[in-house]
Amino acid sequence: MVNYSYISFVLIIPLVVFLITGLFGKKMPGLSGILGALGMLGAACLSYFVAYQYFLVDGRVDGIYPTVMAFKQTWLQFTPSLKIDIGIILDPIAVMMLVVVTTVSFMVHLYSIGYMHGEERYATYYSFLSLFSFSMLGLVVSSNIFQMYMFWELVGVSSFLLVGFYFTKPSAVAAAKKAFIVTRFADLGFLAGILILSFYSESLDFQTIIHNMMDYNGTIFLNANAASFMGVSALTWALCLIFIGGAGKSAMFPFHIWLPDAMEGPTPVSALIHAATMVVAGVFLVARLFPVYSQVPAALDVVMYVGAFSAFFAAIIACTQTDIKRVLAYSTMSQIGYMMFALGVSGYWGEEGLGFTASMFHLFTHAMFKALLFLGAGAVIHYVHSNEMGDMGGLWKKMPITHIVFFIACLAISGVPPLSGFFSKEEILTAAYQHNKIVYAVGLLTACLTAFYMFRLFLMIFWNKEYKAHGRTEHHGEAPMTMKLPLLILAIATIFAGIIPFSMYVSADGTAVESHIHLREASMAVAAGAIGIFSAFFLYLKKNERPEMISSAFGALYRTAYKKFYVDELYLFVTKNMIFNFIAVPAAWIDRNVVDGMMDLIAAVTENLSDSIKSIQSGKISSYVMWFFVGAILLSMMIVYAL
Amino acid sequence: MNLSLLIAIPTLTLISILFVNGKMARVAALAGSFVQLGTALFMLFSYMNLNDVSHLAFEESHVWFAQWNINYHIGVDAISIAMIMLTSVVLVAGVLVSWNIEDKTKEFFFLLVMLATGAFGFFISVDLFVQFFFFELAVIPKFLLIAIWGSGRKEYSAMKLVLMLMGGSSLVLIGILGFYYYSAEAGTPSFDLQTLSQLSLSHEQQMWLFPLLFSGFAVLSAMFPFHTWAPDGHSSAPTAASMFLAGISMKLGGYGCLRVAVFLLPHAAREYSPYIIVLACIGILYGAFVTLKQTDIKLMNAYSSVSHCGFVILGIAMFTKTAMVGAVLQMISHGVMTALFFAVIGMIYQRTHTRMGDEMGGLLKVMPFLSTVFIVAGLTSLGLPGFSGFVAEMTVFVGSFQNEDMFHRFATIFATASIVVTAVYILRAVGISLWGPIKKKEYESLPDASWNEKLAAGILVLSIVIMGTMPLWLSDMISKTTETLFP
Repeated sequence: MVNYSYISFVLIIPLVVFLITGLFGKKMPGLSGILGALGMLGAACLSYFVAYQYFLVDGRVDGIYPTVMAFKQTWLQFTPSLKIDIGIILDPIAVMMLVVVTTVSFMVHLYSIGYMHGEERYATYYSFLSLFSFSMLGLVVSSNIFQMYMFWELVGVSSFLLVGFYFTKPSAVAAAKKAFIVTRFADLGFLAGILILSFYSESLDFQTIIHNMMDYNGTIFLNANAASFMGVSALTWALCLIFIGGAGKSAMFPFHIWLPDAMEGPTPVSALIHAATMVVAGVFLVARLFPVYSQVPAALDVVMYVGAFSAFFAAIIACTQTDIKRVLAYSTMSQIGYMMFALGVSGYWGEEGLGFTASMFHLFTHAMFKALLFLGAGAVIHYVHSNEMGDMGGLWKKMPITHIVFFIACLAISGVPPLSGFFSKEEILTAAYQHNKIVYAVGLLTACLTAFYMFRLFLMIFWNKEYKAHGRTEHHGEAPMTMKLPLLILAIATIFAGIIPFSMYVSADGTAVESHIHLREASMAVAAGAIGIFSAFFLYLKKNERPEMISSAFGALYRTAYKKFYVDELYLFVTKNMIFNFIAVPAAWIDRNVVDGMMDLIAAVTENLSDSIKSIQSGKISSYVMWFFVGAILLSMMIVYAL
Repeated sequence: MNLSLLIAIPTLTLISILFVNGKMARVAALAGSFVQLGTALFMLFSYMNLNDVSHLAFEESHVWFAQWNINYHIGVDAISIAMIMLTSVVLVAGVLVSWNIEDKTKEFFFLLVMLATGAFGFFISVDLFVQFFFFELAVIPKFLLIAIWGSGRKEYSAMKLVLMLMGGSSLVLIGILGFYYYSAEAGTPSFDLQTLSQLSLSHEQQMWLFPLLFSGFAVLSAMFPFHTWAPDGHSSAPTAASMFLAGISMKLGGYGCLRVAVFLLPHAAREYSPYIIVLACIGILYGAFVTLKQTDIKLMNAYSSVSHCGFVILGIAMFTKTAMVGAVLQMISHGVMTALFFAVIGMIYQRTHTRMGDEMGGLLKVMPFLSTVFIVAGLTSLGLPGFSGFVAEMTVFVGSFQNEDMFHRFATIFATASIVVTAVYILRAVGISLWGPIKKKEYESLPDASWNEKLAAGILVLSIVIMGTMPLWLSDMISKTTETLFP
């Protein structure tokens, strides 16, 4: 066994870069970009080396990949059994995530050198980016559920800072707040889930939790199942609550409303945080606890239905949006829905674990092609200075490289063989078909919609009409080299990532599973994609009247989808009209008038009382003399009559 | 380690403030507070090197009034050491923040240091009579600080604050006297905490003494419904006084609740704990919702203190060792955090001359340092990992959840819900006052922090980060003490 302790540098490097660029960045603005990119390059190389050692050099022990604890240090002790450790755990999914996060992060760091050039707060941008990378890497290697929660909050706050990067824009401020608050609300579920799970499993450590919960006859497992609240066992409650946290971060319905708005951040940030890494944290969380989830079918069903519904729901909305980043945001939500329901349909042992493998595989390929799509969109926005599809069209001549890579990514996400997306999506649909036919049908329909809206996007950006430069466009070239290079690298990854025999490395129980293409499911998936692609070509290749006709034919349905099914309005109503106006405002009034009023009342009563008594002590000798005599007479009368 | 130094140094500082003239008073105050901080640090390290912490450390006892058996008895455990560290850090920061006070400089620093002296004395004394003496010493200067250097309805607020706190302390006094007579009945009359804790009181005796002592101290820690002095007091007080009020005075209350009321009367405390838990939960959530409505950022922090101090009361009343450690951690964390918050709000107010969040906007562009500090304070308040608030709140939550029955469970979940509301009001304040477009033309030329402000903020931020990133030594140290206090 190799010593993996060097892996802690993957975390230390971004942390140090964050501190340097954050504290001294203003004095060396140009350098911070280079420093950040070099740091991430180092972290990426370390991750590749770890992956190589872990998967290929060390390999399996007794048929499964071992879980390696590369580093562990107690950070806070609550009770003898409950403590927060800061640890680095290495198992197949952690190593895979290390590779994904460092790769995409490095690409984004590199790309940003060109994209953010000339930005006033350039150094701040890089320090936030490093903070995010540090937090995300800490999250994926967490050995302790509370450690994960901590890094979970840290990625949330780095996302908040980066979405609100253009802080003078009111829309960016609103989006940053919304992103943080919605996910915080979901995190409340995560926290409550941790409290319950840790209490019953008597540990906060992932390995111990899993060990205790996999032991069917152990008292711990039996207790957790026997304790129930409202007819549902404590374990199910815990897992469902934890999933709420995951759903918040992964923008699953009904917590998805923050993701489209988060596109107010700089585009490379959207690529890194809101497409490839942070938003899949929820999927990763369920995968990390998958052995426990697999014991509780009810909780897994929740994951499945929420995932499937979100996938479909988001795909419909994506077909109607006109802002390219928002289309991509909904597409992200839809694809994460795929990953979620793939976990939901999965079993634990051997071949049954296909869904788990497929989900992780899709996470991997999606990170590559979605980052590519966002960075491509960033190049387009950089050129056109607008997010609206209406301002684009016919860009293929002006931006040949972006055009090609965008096309590749669209093919991949639509599931066209032999690009990477085909393999992972096909596996997901196969797993769904074996488990639940309804979910399979939803998945297939969503695949069709995905292909449609992606090619609608592609065609409206690059074809559709002749490009007419409008007022604000400066005529510079397509993009600087620092922006093109990441596009090309990611395009290569998008093409070839599918060839990796993923199921050999990542599976639910750690054994190797032979995967093969299921011809029937594969052809169905490809056919669904093809229908979507062709209808998009039919409608959007050249400017014509057909899209208008279709949208007016759908009428109310189209408008509802365009308005995102009014979920935002519903949230606004609940938070503003109900919580703010019916709880906060009355509470503030009560505090001033009732609670404090009581105190003032006590003071006023005391004051009045003293007012009325104080006239007795008037200081006038004559009245004292009079009262003296009155008292003396009364007293003598009492004595006389009483005796 | 001679513990009396902790009173001697501030007293010497007070004398030297009296004898220097004018502006030199602030130098004397600063020097004194730095020496005090150094002494406190030295005490901390000597305490950590002790092998046996099962009884009070650095004890000292001298007869004061022999006929009533009142002794100048002092000693510390981990909880009081934590409080002393907090007080000395806030003292340094408070003096630095008040560096440019023009009006009656000498008197201002005199009262400020006097307040701190009272707090130091309170935390180290073991004899209840001596403790009460210092307790009162820490209350009186507040009246003058608010009424003379305050703003707005300052006379009203000062009067209200002092009357409510005095009301609380009169309850405490009755409780202490009750103890004194019961101990006289049992043999020798005593005010000594250690002796009194050995006293075996009947159920009835415990049951009437506890509410007096507990609620008397709870007024000071702003427990619902005795919190209304806090918003008025804070909004009228000058910056340093607000920092002391929320950072230290409210901790006198929490410390008293834990170290006096619950320590002396554990059985009554258990009996009353459900009611206390309900009040604490109301305070936490109600305070948070009231904060949501505020647009005055100073008032916002005053109300959020009510919410945060609810965690202290909750942790104490939950009666598990972990939750009690959490309560102490929350006292320290909230003390530093709120001092930082009030400091930075004061600094911003000096520049913008308004405390209304919606009249500011875009300050991050104009004063990046102050705004960053504001954001750090806000993130600590909403419990971001890496800052102290997270450690304290999570310890309270995990500790509370170790109670197996549904009542405690629900109370815990109820209290955790406040982390969302906290996030909303903090982000709202950041969004309207620091982000967004700059609202007024004259704000564009405002200066950023000066050296003394940077130093004050730096010290407080450093304390928050140390606690937030390396909590183990602190929580270990405190939990050893709570284990001996509540076996």
